[in-house]
Amino acid sequence: MDMSAFPFLSLLIVLPLMGAVVTVMMPRNRPHIAQRTALGFALASLGVTLVLWSLFDTGSGALQFVERVSWIPALNADHFLGLDGLSLLLVLLTALVIPFALAVPVPASDTRNVYYALLLTLQAMITGVFLSLNFVQWFLFWELSLIPAFLLIKIWGGPARTAAAYQFFLYTFVGSIAMLLGFLALYLATGLFDFIALAELARTNGLAEALGERFAFRFASETLLLIVFGAVFLGLAVKVPVFPFHTWLPEAYTQAPIGVTMVLTGLLSKMGLYGFLRILLPVFPEQIQAMQTVLLALAVATIVLSALAALAQTDLKRILAYSSINHLGYCLLGVFAVVTVIEPDGGRLAGREAALSGVFLQIFNHGLTASALFCFVGFIETRSGGLRGVADFGGLRKVAPVLCGLMGISLFSSLGLPGLNGFVGEFLIFKGVFSLNGWAAVLALPGLLVTAVFILRILASVFSGPLNPDWRAFPDLSVRERLIVAPAVALMFLIGIFPAPLLNLFNETVIITFQLMP
Amino acid sequence: MNYIEFTVFLLPEIVLLVTALAVIGIDCARRGKAATGAGGTLASASLCAAGILVAALIILIMPQEGRIAGGMLVLDPLTRLFKLVLLAMTLVAVLMLMETRPVRHVGENFAVMLFAAIGMMLVVGTEELLVLFIGLELTGISLYVLVGFARSDIRSAEAALKYFLFGSVSAAFLLFGLSLIYGFSGSTELGEIGVAMQAGGMEPLLAVGLVMTLVGFGFKVAAVPFHLWAPDVYQGAPAPAAALVASASKVAGFFILAKVLLLGFAGAEGGAAWGGFQPGWVPLIGVMAALSMVVGNLAALVQNRVRRLLAYSGIGHAGFMLIALMAATPAALASVLFYVVIYGLTTLGAFGVVTVVLRAREGDRLSDFAGMSRQAPLLSFSMLIFFVSLAGLPPLAGFFGKFYLFTSAMGAQAAPGGQPGMLWLVLLALVMSAISLYYYLLVLKQIFFVEAAEGTPVIRASKTGTWTCSILAAATIVLGCYPGILLGPIRLAVGAAF
Amino acid sequence: MIEWTFISAFAGAAVLLLLPPHRKMLARIVALAAACIGFGIALAAFFLFERGAGAEPFQFVVERDWIPALGIGFHLAADGISLVLLLLTGVIAITGVLFSWNIEKSPKQFFALFLIIIGGAYGVFVSFDLFLFLVFYEIVILPKYLLIAGWGSTNREYGAMKLTLYSILGSALVLAAAMAAYVVAGLGSFNLFELAGVAYAPAFQAWAFPMMFLGFAVLAGIWPFHTWAPTGHVAAPTAASMLLAGVVMKLGAYGALRVAMPFFPEGLEQWRIPFAVLAAIGILYGALAALAQRDLKFVIGYSSISHMGFVLLGLLTLNTLGIGGAVLQMFSHGIIAALLFAVVGRMVYDRTHTRELADLGKLRLSRALPFAAVTFTVASAASMGLPGFSGFIAELTILLGAWDSIPLLLLLVGPGVIITVAFTLKALQASFFGDNTDSPGTVPALPPISAPERVGAIVLMAIALAVGLHPTPLLDLILGSFDSALMSSLLK
Repeated sequence: MDMSAFPFLSLLIVLPLMGAVVTVMMPRNRPHIAQRTALGFALASLGVTLVLWSLFDTGSGALQFVERVSWIPALNADHFLGLDGLSLLLVLLTALVIPFALAVPVPASDTRNVYYALLLTLQAMITGVFLSLNFVQWFLFWELSLIPAFLLIKIWGGPARTAAAYQFFLYTFVGSIAMLLGFLALYLATGLFDFIALAELARTNGLAEALGERFAFRFASETLLLIVFGAVFLGLAVKVPVFPFHTWLPEAYTQAPIGVTMVLTGLLSKMGLYGFLRILLPVFPEQIQAMQTVLLALAVATIVLSALAALAQTDLKRILAYSSINHLGYCLLGVFAVVTVIEPDGGRLAGREAALSGVFLQIFNHGLTASALFCFVGFIETRSGGLRGVADFGGLRKVAPVLCGLMGISLFSSLGLPGLNGFVGEFLIFKGVFSLNGWAAVLALPGLLVTAVFILRILASVFSGPLNPDWRAFPDLSVRERLIVAPAVALMFLIGIFPAPLLNLFNETVIITFQLMP
Repeated sequence: MNYIEFTVFLLPEIVLLVTALAVIGIDCARRGKAATGAGGTLASASLCAAGILVAALIILIMPQEGRIAGGMLVLDPLTRLFKLVLLAMTLVAVLMLMETRPVRHVGENFAVMLFAAIGMMLVVGTEELLVLFIGLELTGISLYVLVGFARSDIRSAEAALKYFLFGSVSAAFLLFGLSLIYGFSGSTELGEIGVAMQAGGMEPLLAVGLVMTLVGFGFKVAAVPFHLWAPDVYQGAPAPAAALVASASKVAGFFILAKVLLLGFAGAEGGAAWGGFQPGWVPLIGVMAALSMVVGNLAALVQNRVRRLLAYSGIGHAGFMLIALMAATPAALASVLFYVVIYGLTTLGAFGVVTVVLRAREGDRLSDFAGMSRQAPLLSFSMLIFFVSLAGLPPLAGFFGKFYLFTSAMGAQAAPGGQPGMLWLVLLALVMSAISLYYYLLVLKQIFFVEAAEGTPVIRASKTGTWTCSILAAATIVLGCYPGILLGPIRLAVGAAF
Repeated sequence: MIEWTFISAFAGAAVLLLLPPHRKMLARIVALAAACIGFGIALAAFFLFERGAGAEPFQFVVERDWIPALGIGFHLAADGISLVLLLLTGVIAITGVLFSWNIEKSPKQFFALFLIIIGGAYGVFVSFDLFLFLVFYEIVILPKYLLIAGWGSTNREYGAMKLTLYSILGSALVLAAAMAAYVVAGLGSFNLFELAGVAYAPAFQAWAFPMMFLGFAVLAGIWPFHTWAPTGHVAAPTAASMLLAGVVMKLGAYGALRVAMPFFPEGLEQWRIPFAVLAAIGILYGALAALAQRDLKFVIGYSSISHMGFVLLGLLTLNTLGIGGAVLQMFSHGIIAALLFAVVGRMVYDRTHTRELADLGKLRLSRALPFAAVTFTVASAASMGLPGFSGFIAELTILLGAWDSIPLLLLLVGPGVIITVAFTLKALQASFFGDNTDSPGTVPALPPISAPERVGAIVLMAIALAVGLHPTPLLDLILGSFDSALMSSLLK
């Protein structure tokens, strides 16, 4: 049997959806059954993803497992799924984070079956985004992911959940509409919704030409394309988020229940980055080049300002939220630096490769580390009865050594300590960016330093110091909890020490991506 | 002059006359007994109905057609058709009279109704000014009497007096106008007058005659500004009399007005297109039409009594019909005649329902109709049909009637550049017609959605009343779905007459 | 066979009126049967319709004399656009009956009036004689009034009267322009194709087009003549709201597309931009007004204005995508609005007797009526135009058309779309997911959602989703209609 003909990719989307349906039908009064069912489906997805990895030909940069069926011929929209290194990386991350998020404790509620089902639905949508190669289909998953995320925050979130959920949805939607309008213009000009074909057209300079022909009013075709680029950029930037479109994020991350925050930071932010890599880089390389200084400045601002903002916070969740923005900023830095015009002799070609590989790796690592960190905060929160201020604790190391040890590892991973996963990605990014746009790298460095400061502050004031007498009976991690976080921590070490399998996974894709660039 | 011919031509009228006299005779014979009893009413009504049916039968089977005595009596498909229509309407009025509370000398009441019918049939069946005037007077005087018949009711007397005063003044205007026209043309026959008018010009005296004639007819059809009698008469008169005034008399009035204008005043039309004004009778009618539509419909909005409401709405409808008369073409005439018949039928039906309510609740305020749908569902449904048809909604006859009417009007008086000249009037008419739905709905709301207050008398319709109204309602629906039934004969007859 | 759509509806109405008043269940069954027959015929026509190259654009033609004296014929036909709207009418008929299953006050009259409106709508969508078209178009006016005034809720007499007067004043404009066209054409025929083929003088078109278009657009809820719609929809009983928003507003848009625009191409050219601006303002204004409402039904009422703005905008783009999208939006909005009104009017209001967002938020509705909560969430997502639901494809194509034709208007439309999301989300979270949604405590005991409601809601949700995920059958049918001379004359 030819395994590549099997619609694995559709299965990856459908499986969690089926899981959601089954989960929601589980008895309401016995949430553990619902949780186990959901976990079962999530692990099944993980299994399928691993099978896919094993079947994936890492030596080829081409799209694999392609499914293409005509869907709405009138709009030239196809059911078009495909897998390359980037997609596989993100699908893998999704398949890892979701079971992790399903396993963590859920706020007291007697509709937990719905909660788990919505998380699985979210997984299906996110996976769809990472696999779709036609804008209409991609946008479908992109937008539909909002509904379960919204409900999850709205129903099970913290005290200010209403505003947080509303803001989250609306901000993202504003960006999406801008992006939609941009793509409609592209479609009218080219008749294409297909990312691959659009990128091909962009490479042959056909995009600006087509736009100019179609909308031959006041603007030059380059300007038009720049406007379209701006619209698409806005849509993606809100999702990542890029400074100054980030204001929805801290509130949403703080108010969402822990499992959902893990998905938000681990996966939803990656949807935006994925868009940058899948759409913006291939379709609008010249526009990014034209705007590079501004964009790099935005990336630097995202890194530095969010680090400073994290420093000013006292709430653990908020600190981590800003830290998350900070880490995503490194990815942006890498993405924007990659397009720097380089001489063909290739002195800086290696820089491109390093930066891009770093971005890919950082995406994966941040997803893993950030969700693990939020998971730990969740553990602390359940023990402290909702308290999570930095100053509320102290000396926890003495009463909960395992918790502090594992969380410490995660914090160091986030800090980028060599030997842990965070280091490799950030190192590669900085290495690449230094050779491409040295100034940006230099300006971003303070971000790294500030990050170190606030992370060390957490270590110092929460774990060390005199034990806060209120927490004498602070329980350490239970066996169950240890089992939940163990895989994540193990992966941090594993990737830190042996990044090669992951690098191999997307190496060809990285090469193809930057080789296609002007 | 052949008296036998005269007799044959007038046979239906004679039958009615004999019937009327017989009714009076029976009434006299029964005097002393319970003259107000139900038995007398039934006997008189049956006799009248029989007479009307015989007359109608004669009209149907009479082979003669033609004009005798210089157009004094005209018998062609058109006049026959309208005599039939008038007879049918009188029949309904007779049946309604049965439904009202018996008054003294009920036989006289029936007889006078027949006299009115004779007058109207004469009006319809002539093309000569003298017979026309005699017919109008006969109708008028009979109607004055009918209106004042409820002797114990001061409103009835007031209405009769008003009607009489307005009517006689209008008759005077009409007579004066007709005499001037006779003086100008030297003939009392419409066809010859028309020929003379086309030959001569618009002389000042002729213009005076024209205006006066129109004033006279304006009273008859209750067009603004000669409408003031209508609300009081509709309100004060016994319902059957008011119904006759509102339906049959209006049909006859419009019929003869159209004939006078189209035959007699041909050549003096003038123009009333927007920006294309020319002196003649068309602009005069145009002003009357516009005023009637606006005043009638707007005044109807604020009425609290259904009969007054019907009166004002009738004024509005007169305005609609006048518009199409302005087109001055046979096609437009057909539309007016179609419409006036439909209008007559529905108004008659509406008055029929009002009669029943009046009898039960002794009033016709809007609130007196409350809760009717539960007590008399079929009657309420009929009222719905009548009012909705009057408002001009499909699939009822009123919709097609208005559509045809306004389309004919639209086609007339093309302005420069092929634009429909009377658009402004048609648009006004359509808007007014739309507004009219409001007040019709006010009544329907009471009937269907407002519960009757505690202790209000229950409305109970007799079989006759219910059947009459239901048949009229059915006719309204059928004529709405298949207007060809009536339109075909009218168009044929108009085609034959012009 | 196409005539049996409205004949079945009218016959159903007649049978209902003849039933004895106490046979309430029988009345419901008769109504449901009549609705199903009509839908069945529409569905059969949908499948029997010949597609592809060489197929006649107008099929199921019926041509009989009716009033030959005026050149009025009983002329029916259907193309893809008609078929899509017939299907919509059929679906709304069935679900409307299902959502009125509980009506205890004179059900036979209620359903008879309901079916008359349905029949009128069917008739409008298949009439190709101008007079016949107008007859069907106006038939619906009175039953609308009676339904609202008789069975409505808040402020029903005011709402009913306002709606009726707007409708009839709108149709007065239509009638005037139609009569003028008939007279000026001088063909002595009301055949729609023949009248549309006449080259009317530009000076005539310059006023006849705006008059007729505006007349139709009033019924489609064009700003600033939309005010009848929210009050009317709110006052109406559930099935009537569904019908009004779902079908009756479409009659106006359909009339504009089928009559006003093909008749007067030069007038259209002249007035296109002003009307398109009004449509775009309608999108934005409807959304803003909905955002400001505190009554859930008003939110939906205003959202209809916004969505119908899309329809009008799509029509005025004068390209295949825009007009096709407008027709698809008619279908989509019909389904979605019906669903929203069904939830608010029937599932919620009939049980809680309040529609104030502030009060609903305290009732823990997502717990008390979980099925309604799911339905409303799906309907909201569809109404926001999220992909995967019919509204997205429709709005997408309209936006494409607008980009191509009147791009500057997107500056109004874009914010309109975003505000639509804002108010829908606000309504959703304030009504069903109030702040205490998941806190422990008692859940108010409300009567459970009945089986007819469930069936109706599932049907509507399934259609919204099915069309959203697989729009091709409808979209191809609609776009195929532009091969006919009547429709292709519209395209620029």
